[in-house]
Amino acid sequence: MGNVISLDSILGLGELKAPAESTPVAASGCSSSSCGSSDGPADMDPAVWEKVKNHPCYSEEAHHYFARMHVAVAPACNIQCNYCNRKYDCSNESRPGVVSEKLTPDQAIRKILAVAQEIPQLSVIGIAGPGDSLAAGARNTFATFEHLQKKAPDLKLCLSTNGLALPENVERIAQYNIDHVTITINMVDPEIGRHIYPWIFYKHKRWTGLDAAKILHEQQMLGLEMLTARGILVKINSVMIPGVNDTHLLDVNKAVKARGAFLHNIMPLISDPAHGTHFGLTGQRGPTAQELKVVQDACEGGAKLMRHCRQCRADAVGLLGEDRGEEFTTDKIEAMGEIGYDEEARRTYRDHVEAERAGRHASKEAAKAEVQETVGAEAAPILIAVATKGGERINEHFGHAKEFQIYEVGPSGAKFVGHRRVDQYCEGGSGDADTLDGVLAAINDCAAVLVAKIGGCPSKSLEAAGIEPVDRFAFEYIEESALAYFKDHAERLGRGAVQSRAGQDAVIRTGALTARRA
Amino acid sequence: MAYKIKSAECTVCGACEAECPNIAISFKKGTYIIDPTKCSECEGQFDSPQCASVCPADCCVPA
Repeated sequence: MGNVISLDSILGLGELKAPAESTPVAASGCSSSSCGSSDGPADMDPAVWEKVKNHPCYSEEAHHYFARMHVAVAPACNIQCNYCNRKYDCSNESRPGVVSEKLTPDQAIRKILAVAQEIPQLSVIGIAGPGDSLAAGARNTFATFEHLQKKAPDLKLCLSTNGLALPENVERIAQYNIDHVTITINMVDPEIGRHIYPWIFYKHKRWTGLDAAKILHEQQMLGLEMLTARGILVKINSVMIPGVNDTHLLDVNKAVKARGAFLHNIMPLISDPAHGTHFGLTGQRGPTAQELKVVQDACEGGAKLMRHCRQCRADAVGLLGEDRGEEFTTDKIEAMGEIGYDEEARRTYRDHVEAERAGRHASKEAAKAEVQETVGAEAAPILIAVATKGGERINEHFGHAKEFQIYEVGPSGAKFVGHRRVDQYCEGGSGDADTLDGVLAAINDCAAVLVAKIGGCPSKSLEAAGIEPVDRFAFEYIEESALAYFKDHAERLGRGAVQSRAGQDAVIRTGALTARRA
Repeated sequence: MAYKIKSAECTVCGACEAECPNIAISFKKGTYIIDPTKCSECEGQFDSPQCASVCPADCCVPA
C-alpha cells in the first residue's frame, strides 16, 4: 500500500502549514468580491456551492481534498460509441467503460462501506457504468442507491449516462435524492453525431445512421431540461474528436448552457489500436494538449468549464488522479467480515477542510495583489507543472509523480487548467531515461515544474529542455507558490535571464493510473 | 426456432436479459443462456429479436 495518500500526511501538513488561526477571515471564507475566482462563492449561488464543495468531480477546489468511488453495477449499455469497446477489460487501463469486476447491488453496498471505513476523504458515490447507468431498466443503479441512502446517508450520490433513457428516469433520480447527473453529449447536430454513434437501441429497435443520432440528441436535450427544471445539477461530458466535433463543441457548450447545465467537461479522445475501438482501429487521433486547451479556452464565458477530469474507470476508488481499486477487490472485501458504518472520521476530515479553506482565500488574494503591484496587470501568463498528491500542496517528489497538474499563472491569479499523466520516472531509486523523455513531452509547454524534491540528473535534463525545476516551494500551497514563482519569472524575463515558452505544445498521454509506486 | 448466445464472445453485460419479452434469458454459471423452449425469436412481438438488437458484441444468433 505504498501508493496511499494517508489522511495523516494531509492533516499533519495542514496543521503545520495552515495560516495562523488569528487571521481575521469571515467564517464563509469569502471577504472580498473577487474571492474564489474559479469555484468559490463569489461567482456561485451559495446553495449550489453547498452541493458541490465536497464533490471532487464538480468542484476543482474539492478535487484536491475529496475522494470519489464508482461502483460498477451497470454493465449493460443501450448505444454503441465509436470510442468505446465493451469487450476490453484490463486493470492496467484507465478510461471510462472499463472495469475489472462487475458488482451486484449487494456487493456494491458492502464495498462502499469498506472503502468509507478506510478513506475518510470519501464524499461521493457514483454509478458510471461500465455500460450506461440507466440502460436495462436501470434496475441495479436504483437498487444500489436505494440501499445506500439508508446505510450511509452522509455520502452524496451521482450517476452518469449517455442520456438516451434519461427522460423516463428523471422522476426516480429526483426521488432518490441524486443531485448530480452527468450526461455525455458529443454533438448537438445529428449530422455530426452519425460519425460518433453507429447505433442505438431505443423503443425495442436498433436504429442506425442519422435516425440514431437524431433520437439520441432529442433525448439528451429533453433529459437535460427536465433535470435542470428540478434543480438537479447537471455536468456535461464531451469527448473532443479532432476533425469530427472539435470546433462543434462551442455549439454544444452554448446549447447546454442555454438549458441550464452547471458544468461542461471537454475531454480528449482516448484512442489506441490496442483498445479495439472503432476510432482506435481506424487511426482517429486524439487532440494535443494545446488543441484541447484552445477549444476549452474558446468555450470560456459559456457554460462553466471543468478541466480537472481524469477520465477514470467505472470502478475507480480514491482521489482523482489515483485509483485504489486494487485494495478493495471482492475477495478482499469478503475476507473483511462485519463492516459497520461510522461517519466520524469523514466528518472530522470535512471540518478540517472547511477550516483550511477559510484561510486560503485571504492568502491567495494577497499573493495576487503582490504580483499585480510588482509585475503589473498586463504581463502574459505562463504555464507551470506541479507535482502534488493532494491537499492543494506541492508535496510530491518529481520522480514519484504519476501526473502533473498544470496551472496557468499570471496577474489575474493561478488557474488550474489540466493535468498530464506520465509514467513514474523513479522506480526503486533509479531513473529511467525513456520515461524522462515522456515526462518532458508531457510538460513541454510549461516554464517550470514545482516539486517537493528532485534529483540532480532529471534537473539537468529539464534545464536543458528549457523547463525550470523548482523545489524551493516544497510542501507549500500550490496557488500562492505559483504566483510567487511567476513574480520571480517575470522579473528574470524582463532582464532577459529566461526565455518565454509561449507557442510550445505538449503530448496528452492516456495510460493507466494504476501503476504501483516502487 | 430459437436464438443462442455465443458465450466466448459474450461480455456478460446482461442487456439481453432485460430486453427479452419471454424471460427466456438467465444467468447461469458465469454466463447468460437462452432457454430454447421459451425463446420465440420475438416473432409476433417485435420487428427483430430483442437480444440480438441490443447486444453490444453481436453474439445473440439463431441456434
